[in-house]
Amino acid sequence: MKKVIRLQDLDCANCAAKMENNIRKINGVQNVSVDFMMQKMVLECNDECYNDILREVKNVCRKIEPDCKLMI
Amino acid sequence: MTRNTKSLIRIIVSATVCAVTFILNKTIDLPFWVPLTLCIAAYLTAGYDVLWKAITNIFHGRVFDENFLMTVATIGAFAIGEYIDAAAVMILYQTGELFQRYAVGKSRKNIASLMDLRPEEATVLRNGEEIHVHPSEISLGELFTVKAGDKIPLDGTVVSGECNADTSAITGESLPKHIAVDDNIYAGYIDTDGAMTIRSTGTYDNSTVAKILDLVENATSQKAPAENFITKFSKYYTPIVVILALLIGIVPPIFDNMWVNWIKRAMMFLFVSCPCALVISVPMGFFGGIAAASKRGILVKGSNYLEILSKVNTVAFDKTGTLTKGNFEVTYVYPEENRQQVLQTAAIAEQYSNHPIALSVCKQVVAPQSAEITEIAGKGLKAQTDKDTILCGNAQLMYDNDVQIVLSEGGTTVYVAKNGKFVGYIVIADEIKADSATAIKQLRQMGCKTVMLTGDNEQTALKVAQKLNIEDYRCGLLPQDKVEELKNLKTHRGATVAFVGDGINDAPVLATADIGIAMGAMGSDAAIETADIVLMQDNPTAIATAKRVAKRTLSIVRQNIVISLIIKFAVLVLSAIGLLERVSAGMIIAILADVGVCILAILNSMRAMFIKKDKKSAA
Repeated sequence: MKKVIRLQDLDCANCAAKMENNIRKINGVQNVSVDFMMQKMVLECNDECYNDILREVKNVCRKIEPDCKLMI
Repeated sequence: MTRNTKSLIRIIVSATVCAVTFILNKTIDLPFWVPLTLCIAAYLTAGYDVLWKAITNIFHGRVFDENFLMTVATIGAFAIGEYIDAAAVMILYQTGELFQRYAVGKSRKNIASLMDLRPEEATVLRNGEEIHVHPSEISLGELFTVKAGDKIPLDGTVVSGECNADTSAITGESLPKHIAVDDNIYAGYIDTDGAMTIRSTGTYDNSTVAKILDLVENATSQKAPAENFITKFSKYYTPIVVILALLIGIVPPIFDNMWVNWIKRAMMFLFVSCPCALVISVPMGFFGGIAAASKRGILVKGSNYLEILSKVNTVAFDKTGTLTKGNFEVTYVYPEENRQQVLQTAAIAEQYSNHPIALSVCKQVVAPQSAEITEIAGKGLKAQTDKDTILCGNAQLMYDNDVQIVLSEGGTTVYVAKNGKFVGYIVIADEIKADSATAIKQLRQMGCKTVMLTGDNEQTALKVAQKLNIEDYRCGLLPQDKVEELKNLKTHRGATVAFVGDGINDAPVLATADIGIAMGAMGSDAAIETADIVLMQDNPTAIATAKRVAKRTLSIVRQNIVISLIIKFAVLVLSAIGLLERVSAGMIIAILADVGVCILAILNSMRAMFIKKDKKSAA
């Protein structure tokens, strides 16, 4: 499944890169691209455990950039 | 209230408190706790989130980030009694952050708005009434109206009315296009004068404009090597900087025993090391370039393609439909005095064929009678009527059937014979596009080798190649031969090959090339799918423009990398050798360097958006 998630207040390009690297390491994530310019994330992952993955993703984002909100 | 406004208010409040404290401290003799309390208040107002992030980040295992370093540095300043400095540094840091955030957001929006072609409202006709709705609410086959000045909300066919449409938002073409009844019209065009009723041929989600937007918006997700370089760079950069800082903090004091001094330098070193400006400068540059290209009707599917395009040094063209208009016309009939007879005889054989040559013949005359047709692969057609046998095809077909012929002087030729006797021949040519020659000239000026690949015969190919001044051509190629030829071109040392085609029947060739460019893609989904770069317009000069945009974008990106690396490096060295000793002064320089580099990179990237238009008039 491919999902586009808008990101609000993603201020730092370096953080976006870090987010992308860490999200890619999450189990079940096939591919992810954090697009700083368009302020969005394109997440490709397994359907079954989508909710778990999403929770993980949120966690990673909060750790790296606490101000950044995921608009789901 | 937005985040930026909140930060701004906090900064203003704490800056005022800080300034008042500074003045009071200079003028009146206060007990030490008064300025201390005021400064702590100002400090917390400005920087509580920094403190909070520093603490939470430690729990998240991220110790040496800028928040932590800010906190340590300012608390250190409090400890040695420089509390006004401590508050001032925090305020400055926050101002820098705010400014940077604002600049990034602003330029991001600026560029994004260039690409916003989305129509907001549509007027649909339901039960004879005009209703205003969002374009996504109109379904397939419904009628909608537009009046002068409106953006066309959906793709459709004109039912009544006509207009001159401004297509520049989609195609980059500045001349308006006249659209009348039964013509197709695409979302994103602007109706400049007349009122029209249009029947929708698609929904909002699959309209041309939605596809274009999707493509452009996703373009930045496809990262260019230069971007990946930055990502890799920052992966190694951070640990290296931390290790260097540790070395600065530990090794020299072993010899001179000035621990506090060196630890301060190490802190400063870490503080100035934030690679944000560097990381932002690259995608920003590409983003600007992609926007600039899309403004000119050139859709680039990813930053990586922009980078490859800038390196392209060989451009291979398909002939038909790319350099030429692809509309075959009968240009000459031999013998001229029997024109009508030759054409009619040919039409008997060609009447059922969909081949462009056949179509051009049948456009001239109507076949006088029906016939039974046999196709002779690669050679032509044989038609059998109740009394005659007609042969229609190339010279080989005539030789095979022992027909004596007069050879044509060039171009695509169809020989016609009736009952074994030569009737005449028809020359069919394809018109060369008006600006093909200019495009070739511009590309050659940029140092590109130009090659034409065509399925046509030697004579036609040579004629077109000479006319357009193309260096090299390969003719008589079947689609799979084109793939082979392209592979050959790619084996040349250092060759980066672009292939330009119409995207309809040359998908495999587009895929083989280092970069596939499809032309005149308006309304053709196939082309948008297969190519890496899609030209909305039909004129080949757009290729030269695209190349120019790519080159310029890459040079801007390179400038950004170099500028930010040099400044960062300089500040790092300064801090390591201890020139940024005093906490406040050092911090100020560090913050200015960071924000400054970032702003510089952003401004430079914005230049990518303003690339000069075609030098069409000059040529």
